[in-house]
Amino acid sequence: MPPAPALAPDGNDVPTGSPGSPATGVQFHRPPEPDEYPLQAPDPRVVTDRPPPAEGIKLCVACRAGRVDSDGYCETCGHAQPRERDHMEHDAGPVAAVSDRGLRHHRNEDAFSVGCTALPDGSPAVLAIVCDGVSSATRPDEASLAASRAAGESLLAALPRGTHPQQAMHEAIIAASHAVNALADEPATAREHAPHQNAPACTIVGSVVTAGLLVVGWVGDSRAYWIPVDRSSPPARLTEDDSWAAQMVAAGLMNEAEAYADERAHAITGWLGADAYELEPHTASFKPDRPGVVVVCTDGLWNYAEAAGEMAEAVPLDAAVRPLHSARVLVGHALDGGGHDNVTVAVLPFPAPPMGAGSA
Amino acid sequence: MANFSKSNVPQFSMDVYQNEYLPEGGREVNAIVTVTATGGGTIGSAVAAPHLYAPGQGPSAAVAIMVDCSGSMDYPPTKMRNARDATAAAIDTLRDGVHFAVVGGTHMAKEVYPGGGRLAVADATTRDQAKQALRKLSAGGGTAIGTWLRLTDRLLSSADVAIRHGILLTDGRNEHESPENLKAALDSCAGRFTCDARGVGTDWEVKEVTGIASVLLGSADIVADPAGLAVDFTQMMETAMGKEVADVALRVWTPVGTTIRFVKQVAPTVEELTDRRTEAGPRAGDYPTGSWGDESRDYHVCVEVPSADLGREMLAARVSLVVPQPDGTTQNLGAQGLVRAVWTDDMVASTSINPQVAHYTGQAELAQAIQQGLDLRKSGDVDGATAKLGRAVQLASASGNADTAKLLAKVVDVVDAAAGTVRLKAKVAEADEMTLETRSTKTVRVKK
Repeated sequence: MPPAPALAPDGNDVPTGSPGSPATGVQFHRPPEPDEYPLQAPDPRVVTDRPPPAEGIKLCVACRAGRVDSDGYCETCGHAQPRERDHMEHDAGPVAAVSDRGLRHHRNEDAFSVGCTALPDGSPAVLAIVCDGVSSATRPDEASLAASRAAGESLLAALPRGTHPQQAMHEAIIAASHAVNALADEPATAREHAPHQNAPACTIVGSVVTAGLLVVGWVGDSRAYWIPVDRSSPPARLTEDDSWAAQMVAAGLMNEAEAYADERAHAITGWLGADAYELEPHTASFKPDRPGVVVVCTDGLWNYAEAAGEMAEAVPLDAAVRPLHSARVLVGHALDGGGHDNVTVAVLPFPAPPMGAGSA
Repeated sequence: MANFSKSNVPQFSMDVYQNEYLPEGGREVNAIVTVTATGGGTIGSAVAAPHLYAPGQGPSAAVAIMVDCSGSMDYPPTKMRNARDATAAAIDTLRDGVHFAVVGGTHMAKEVYPGGGRLAVADATTRDQAKQALRKLSAGGGTAIGTWLRLTDRLLSSADVAIRHGILLTDGRNEHESPENLKAALDSCAGRFTCDARGVGTDWEVKEVTGIASVLLGSADIVADPAGLAVDFTQMMETAMGKEVADVALRVWTPVGTTIRFVKQVAPTVEELTDRRTEAGPRAGDYPTGSWGDESRDYHVCVEVPSADLGREMLAARVSLVVPQPDGTTQNLGAQGLVRAVWTDDMVASTSINPQVAHYTGQAELAQAIQQGLDLRKSGDVDGATAKLGRAVQLASASGNADTAKLLAKVVDVVDAAAGTVRLKAKVAEADEMTLETRSTKTVRVKK
C-alpha cells in the first residue's frame, strides 16, 4: 500500500498539530486530543471554493491527511467517509426539504421526496413526503427511501389526473406500503450483519397543498404541523401518532406528560412493512382561512419541539417564502438540541403559490 | 521458487464475523475471520483424494521423513519395526514426481535415502529403493532433533519446488543437544518448510513436539501405540500431497492509532500468531499460516481503536492473504475482509456478542485451562488443577467439543459437566494425560 501523501486540501498546514515523518509524510501517531471530526458533510458551496487536492484523489474528511480507499475508508485513520444520505437537501421551489444523519446515529435512515405539479384546472399543487426507517428492522434506510419515492411518484401521477388530493394521499400511502413490502422479498446485502431480522419497515407522513386545500396523510409517528404566517393565530399539530404514548392519551389512561415520559412512549403501533398487522392510512383535509406553512417532519425534529407552540417558535417568520432556509434552521434546531436521531424536515407554504412564483 | 502452475492455486475466500457496534467510548473490536481455500488443481478434495491429480499435474513438492533411530526405539523392538512400516506406507502415498528423502535421526542426522545430499524423485523404482533402504535402519544413539531439522532443510532446499514439507517422528526427549540448539534450528527452518511432528510411545516431551509443529506450522499428535503409526503416516502424507500453495501469510492492515491486541488461529487448532508478525509496509504486518490445500481455517483478530463519537464508523482492520515472492514482492491472493467499528447508543446492538467470537473465545480458554490444569497437576497443586480442569470440562461440554470432553474424562471424574464440577482421577494412564495435553489446542467450529 503506498504511503498516503500529507496533502492539505487548501494548502494550509495539516490541522493535526503533529508533524509527520519527513521520510514518508505519514502521520504515525495521533495527537493527544482527538481530532475534531466534522459531524456532517461539508457545505457543498464551501467545498467548491477550494481547489481540488489532486486529480482523482479524495482526502479524508476526518484526518485531512489520508486518501480514501475504494471501500470508502481513509487509508490513514480508517474513518468512513460521509455518505450521500448523511446530509440531503432538495429545493423544489415553493417547497424544500433537508435531512441529516444527526449526531448519534451512524447512518441516515430517513428519506423524503418533494415536488410541484398542477391540477387539471392548471392551479398549483405542492407536495412533500417524509419517511423514518424503523431501526429495529433490517434495512430501514432502504425502506424509507423506497416508501418516499413511491409515494411521491404516486402523488405526482394522480394529482394532474384530477384525483382528489385526499384520495391521492391515501393511494400514495398504499403505493409506499407496497414498495416497502417488496423489499422483504429481496436478500439482504452482504454487508448487513444486523442482529435483527425483521422485515424492512418505516413510517410515512405527507402533505399536499393546493390553492385552497391542505391535505395530510400518515402512518406511524412522523408528524405534520400547521404554522400560520401571522403568529398571533394559533399553530396546530395536524397528525395523531400511531404510538404507544398517543394511544395511552387517546384511551384516557394517562395524560400527555406522563405518557411521553414513559420509556415506551415512542414504540410505534403503525408502520409500513411486510410485518405490519394491517395498514390503516390516516388522511385529513383542512381549509385554512389564512396563509401559513406546513412543517412535515420525523421525530428527530419534533422531539425537540413537541408542542405546536414550540414548533412555531422554531420556525422562521419568513418560512413561507424561504422554505429551504427554514428547513435548514429546523434541522439546526434539532442538532443544537442534541441530534439524538436522524432529522428530516420539509416545509410547504399554504396556499400553494402560483407556478413560477417560488422562492428565490 | 514459487513456480506453481496457475491451475493448482486454489481460490481463497474470506468471511468476517463480528459485532461491529461499540458503545460510547468503546475501543475493543473482535472479529473471527474465516479463510477458505477451494478448487485447486484437484478433482474433488485434495485432502481426501490426492491421487486424483492427473499424472504430472500436482503442485511441485519435496518431502522429507525424519525417523527417530535412537537406542530407545528398540524398546520394545516393535517400535522400530512399526516406524519402518509407517515410513514405507508414507512413501507409498507419495505422488509420482514428488521429491523425497528419508533421514535417520539420533544425536546426529544421517541420510537414509537417497543419500549424497540429494532428493529422489518418486516413481515405482525409487519407492522400492527407499523401502529397501529402510531395512538398514537400526536403533542406537541419542536424540538431537535440531540436527535432523537442519539436514532436512538442506535437502529440501536443493529442489526448486512450491511445497516443502517434513514429517518428524520421535520417541524420546531431545537429550543430546541444548534447548537453545533446538530453538536455533527451529528459527532457521521457520518459513523454509512446514513440518508435522509425532511422538510415539510415552517417553517424549509433549511441549517439545507441539513446539516443533507450532514453529513449523504443521500438526502435532501422539501415537501412543506404535501399531497405529502406519495409518497416521499415510494420513499425514495424504494431507501433505493435498497442499497447493505454500508460505501464505495473513496480512493485517490497521489505521493510525490502533493497536493489535492479538491475532491467533482458532480453528482447526489454537495457534498464537501475535508475536510472529513481520512488518509489511505502513501499518501492515504479515502473520505466517504455512501451506494450504483445500481447507478452511478461522482466525481471531482483536484490535484496539481510538474511541470516536457516536454515529461514527471506521475501518478497524483490513485482512488479506499474500504470498511472498522470491524477488521481494508479494502476490495478493485476492480475498479480503473488512473489520469495522461503528459507535452507537443502541445498547441492544452494542452489548450483543457475536456468536463466533464468543465460541472461539471459549475454545481458546479451553485450551489454556487444560494446559494450566495439567501443569498444576504435575506440580502437585490438586485444588488448582481441579479448578482448571473443571473449567475445561465445562467449556468443552458447553461448546460441543466432544473429542476434548472425552479426553478430559480420562483424566478427571466428571461430577457435573455443566457446572464444571470434577475430581482428579487417582490414577491416570500416562498416554491419556499426554494425549489430552497434545490435543488440547484442537477446536470445534460453531454449530451453525
